[in-house]
Amino acid sequence: MLELFRANRRECSAAVVLALLLGAYLYTHPRGASTYVLTIWANQCLILALAAMAQFFVVLVRGIDLSVGAIMALTNTFASYVLGGTALGIAAGSVAVIALGTLCGLVNGLIVVYGRIQPIIVTLATGSIFVGIALLLRPTPGGSINYDFADAMTLDVAGIPTAVLIGVALVVVFWLPLRRTGLGRAMYAIGSSEQAAFQSGIAVNRVRLCAFALGGTFAGLAGSYFSHVTTTGDAGIAPNFTLNSIAAVVLGGVALRGGVGTLIGALIGACILKTISSLMFFSGLPPLAQPFIEGMVLAGAIAIGSLGLLRVSDRLLVFSR
Amino acid sequence: MTIDRTGTALIRLQGVSKHYGATAALSEVDFACHAGEVHAVLGENGAGKSTLMKLMAGVIRPSAGEILVDGAPVTLSSPAAALALGIVCMFQELSLVPDLSVRENLLLGAPGTGYGFRNPTDLAAARTTLDAIGGEAIRFATRVADLPLAEQQQVEITKALIRRPRLLILDEATSALNASVVDKVFALIRRQRDEGVAVLFISHRFHEIEALADTLSVFRNGRHIETMRNGEHDYPHLIQLMIGQPLSNLFPVAAPVRPDAPVVLDIERLGWSDRLHAVSLSVRAGQVVGLGGLDGQGQARVMHALFGLLRHTEGTVRLGGEPIAPDSPKAATAEAVGLAWVPEDRKSDGLVLAQSIAENLHLASLGHGSRPDEAVFTRLMERLELTYRELSQPVADLSGGNQQKVSLIKWLALSPRCLLLSDPTRGIDVKTKAQIYRLLADLAASGLAIVLLSTDFEELIHLCDPVHVFYDGRIVDSLSGERLDASNIVAASLNLHATADGPDPVTRHA
Repeated sequence: MLELFRANRRECSAAVVLALLLGAYLYTHPRGASTYVLTIWANQCLILALAAMAQFFVVLVRGIDLSVGAIMALTNTFASYVLGGTALGIAAGSVAVIALGTLCGLVNGLIVVYGRIQPIIVTLATGSIFVGIALLLRPTPGGSINYDFADAMTLDVAGIPTAVLIGVALVVVFWLPLRRTGLGRAMYAIGSSEQAAFQSGIAVNRVRLCAFALGGTFAGLAGSYFSHVTTTGDAGIAPNFTLNSIAAVVLGGVALRGGVGTLIGALIGACILKTISSLMFFSGLPPLAQPFIEGMVLAGAIAIGSLGLLRVSDRLLVFSR
Repeated sequence: MTIDRTGTALIRLQGVSKHYGATAALSEVDFACHAGEVHAVLGENGAGKSTLMKLMAGVIRPSAGEILVDGAPVTLSSPAAALALGIVCMFQELSLVPDLSVRENLLLGAPGTGYGFRNPTDLAAARTTLDAIGGEAIRFATRVADLPLAEQQQVEITKALIRRPRLLILDEATSALNASVVDKVFALIRRQRDEGVAVLFISHRFHEIEALADTLSVFRNGRHIETMRNGEHDYPHLIQLMIGQPLSNLFPVAAPVRPDAPVVLDIERLGWSDRLHAVSLSVRAGQVVGLGGLDGQGQARVMHALFGLLRHTEGTVRLGGEPIAPDSPKAATAEAVGLAWVPEDRKSDGLVLAQSIAENLHLASLGHGSRPDEAVFTRLMERLELTYRELSQPVADLSGGNQQKVSLIKWLALSPRCLLLSDPTRGIDVKTKAQIYRLLADLAASGLAIVLLSTDFEELIHLCDPVHVFYDGRIVDSLSGERLDASNIVAASLNLHATADGPDPVTRHA
């Protein structure tokens, strides 16, 4: 048990921070800890959590994805056309929305891997393209999502928010098994030491491509879930989610240099970030001061993670990490 | 020993060359390794041994020539392709992933594992192997980055063995292991050989080669010089083959240091966390002091400490009688201090490869007020016979030897009082080596104090006096005069106090 805690200390400390923040939030919220409050909170968290998971897979293989928000915008506007009809149409539409996300991630990956271009530049460019297409689809926010389906995804089951159930299901049914596969190991290996992974016989290119495609899939899931919460399509959501997804993975203990961190960490990081801004909303602080305080909290949380550098007694190590 | 050297070789190289830009790492090599033999590859640093291994392991591809496995030509396009043919390499720079656990590293890329849930690799067998080579204390759940280098090497060896190799390549596989563990590893390798595995073995430790190898091949300057059975030739002859010329031509005759020369650098009880313990030594003007020992025994840390790269060091360092405590390389190179350090890895630490020769030469003097006179650079470049097209060409275009010359000139132009050198001849050709040796002798004769860290004991023997040998962060022996010979250096490096049990064939008079 202690071993498990030590191996996942980043996630554990992030979880403690989240619990404290959530406690403070529920305490200060005028309506207290009710299913209603928790459901609203969980829905907001899950949107960002899915975006953070998208970012996580790319960061894991030592990349960074500036198109997470753009893929969300594109899939969200697309969803506002295809998720309005009959049950069968919605099912096919959902698959199409997520497949579109995967395709976007795959495009990023193909350019990065075979074009040998830095992920930050590739995703900056493709991000603009994805937003451009989203704007063509929906120049102004609009469209609609089938309300019954949206309700099913965003309300609660027996008092437990559906969003929480989805988050738990993703971890248990998808992440924990994936971590045990050769693919899961290979993604970590590439992020940690690409040379060692290559010399161990890993097909580095294909695994990296896979990580980018998984990132796209999760961005598609995020865009699709965003549609359920807002029931419209909006092409203007990209920048906010991209930057917050990066902040969320860092808060969740994922190393931007790759190879370190878990999907659970990304999920917790996203919840922390969302809870901070919700806290601000009910804190009574003047609205104009809120971004400032939010930024300070974020900077402080990230700075704690690099305190270790102060203890390094070999100055060369400061450059190697 | 019944090795059929006339039959089909397990692996055969025909006319294989490998070029990096203008430099040839291997030229027209014909080489074969047979099943059931341990084949040692000998050569100096830069002779092409590691390039040879990387070609067979599929890490790099030949520029010309053909590789045959079981007599059939193959393309080893990646380590995975080599692995599929049963070629398993244990790399000098380890192939372990630091952030994954020992268990996950053992499974990484293992044959049949693939990318799904299948893990046919027998971890119980891995445990047995790890225990058999003294790794009982290594736990599968530990992160590899948290293991010391020696234990990482044990994991790396286990990782190679559980892949059921047909050809096992060991590139300096045991460099960090102590003698008793090495014996266990060798026992395991012999068993593999007896089961019909071909083993290629690179080591700089002669006694290891003598103990393990059936066949020896000597490489020099990227060429395959000769293959022979172990024991067919004596060591002086082997060294002659490796170096290609009598040692006396390579090393200049050092002028004796005047016993009344002033002490320039004086280190007293230098310590740093648990990596350096009470290191004391002094260097007089005109003296070349050697630091020897196996890799990573603390000798490199002395350089780092002197150059202001380590925090929280203990002890005192005096330069020209004045105590100094530089807290950065900038402080260490300031005119009042006057240290210069040529680091071991010129490509990453010594030079900015993408910048021009001129920019690199000026790098060390940036921020020190006056720029050195251009004439200083010109004189040094002529003296070291730097070969270049124009000063504006990027350093990356130069050969390894010429790169090292640029790295040296950059510091010498500052006219330091004390010059620190970390393995300045690693991976460079014999001609450049001789030039650098001559330069060092001249600099010493002109009164410069020099500290030379080297992994090449011939260098230590012929250029330095005394030589301080490091083991586990301490100086275990200081050799000078008659005691300064190869067998004493090797014995001290391995921290063996016995020097008289049988004549070691490698002596300074080889």
